Amino acid sequence: MSAPAAAPERRDRATAEALFRYVLRLADTSLVLGQRLGEWIGHAPALEQDLGLANLALDLIGQARLLLTYAGEVEGRGRDEDALAYLRDAPEFLNLTLAEQPNGDFAHTIVRQWLIDAWQLEIYEGLGGSADTRLAAIAAKALKETRYHYRFSSGWLVRLGDGTAESQARAQRALDSLWRFTEELFTPDEIDERMTAAGIAPLAAAAAGRWRRRVDEDLRQATLVRPAAQPFPWHGKRGVHTEHLGHMLAEMQHLPRTYPGVGW
Amino acid sequence: MKATESSVVADTAGGQTAAERAVWRLLARVPDPEIPVLSIVDLGIVRYVRRAGDGALHVGITPTYSGCPATAAIRSATRAALDEAGFGAALLEEVLSPPWTSDWITPQGRAKLEAFGIAPPAPAAAPRDTAEPLRCPRCGSLSVARISEFGSTPCKAHYVCSACREPFDHFKCI
Repeated sequence: MSAPAAAPERRDRATAEALFRYVLRLADTSLVLGQRLGEWIGHAPALEQDLGLANLALDLIGQARLLLTYAGEVEGRGRDEDALAYLRDAPEFLNLTLAEQPNGDFAHTIVRQWLIDAWQLEIYEGLGGSADTRLAAIAAKALKETRYHYRFSSGWLVRLGDGTAESQARAQRALDSLWRFTEELFTPDEIDERMTAAGIAPLAAAAAGRWRRRVDEDLRQATLVRPAAQPFPWHGKRGVHTEHLGHMLAEMQHLPRTYPGVGW
Repeated sequence: MKATESSVVADTAGGQTAAERAVWRLLARVPDPEIPVLSIVDLGIVRYVRRAGDGALHVGITPTYSGCPATAAIRSATRAALDEAGFGAALLEEVLSPPWTSDWITPQGRAKLEAFGIAPPAPAAAPRDTAEPLRCPRCGSLSVARISEFGSTPCKAHYVCSACREPFDHFKCI
């Protein structure tokens, strides 16, 4: 199926390359997080949470498919969503480092989800007004889904944090362990800056401020303590990953790599 | 709400060619694979059927949720229906913007959902306190409780009726 005919976007080469990488960052973050959530299927604490996590995974992978397809078109080398998802190695994945962190316990998964949901709320909201109409359309659709993802994850954050001594200790431990990956969320590099200058991406500093206020308010309700800022050596969005991504990709890519071109 | 109503009406009423009307009637018989009492027209995912300047018939469909697994099945069922009815040259296009909303489900579609035992969505654009309250599709009671925001498909949440004690699905508002 084709998209309705539209005038081809005219971009200079450097902008097209930056856009390709920018869209991949969004796509890979959704894909990797969706794959992680899929690992919960059949293992969640209760059936309702199993369904909830699987639903979130489905939305995230659907968003990743739209974004990967677009990234492939921007790149213009004939790679489709499957080639990009299944035939790239870890250094070519540009997801946020936070997204690839292992599931841990339920509190760990919820804290990771909540931090990224709140980030996606800001990014998709901002991209809704993007000069890139395709990205704006994908973001407007994804934003509707992200709103109920955030409702799910922030609701659980408060229940776990303001819950029993055990659930609070686990939620705080998860926060302490994952907070060090959050600096990467809104620290712009030359790709982000080029996208912002082109009117394609929202300004990182403004989005960061709103994200921080939202996160602080949720933590207050959850009676959890925000850890101190930490130095920032993680660069998943530049292809430099923690050791966890390779193991995840080995499982995710095993089938299409073992049987190239396999179909149903 | 007004904008979405008018965009549906704009594409379905008035000034259509016989071929366009025939395609609308055809697509009104293509069922949604997960809720087969609804057609894809009832669901509001057929965005336009029009003869463009190039002489070709263009059919625009939009996905409900980004990850809805039914999207591929809907695409191939729509293609097959067009081909079988002699519209093999019609172009099937994916429309992403504006994003689908449950407000585009037609009044007929909402009635079919309720008769099938799925509580239809409240208007997504309306403020919560003025929206029509959710009622049990079996006994009509307004005394219902949500069990899970996520149900058997991406578009449904799980509820239970406090009066007749029956569980039921609610088509989510998005």
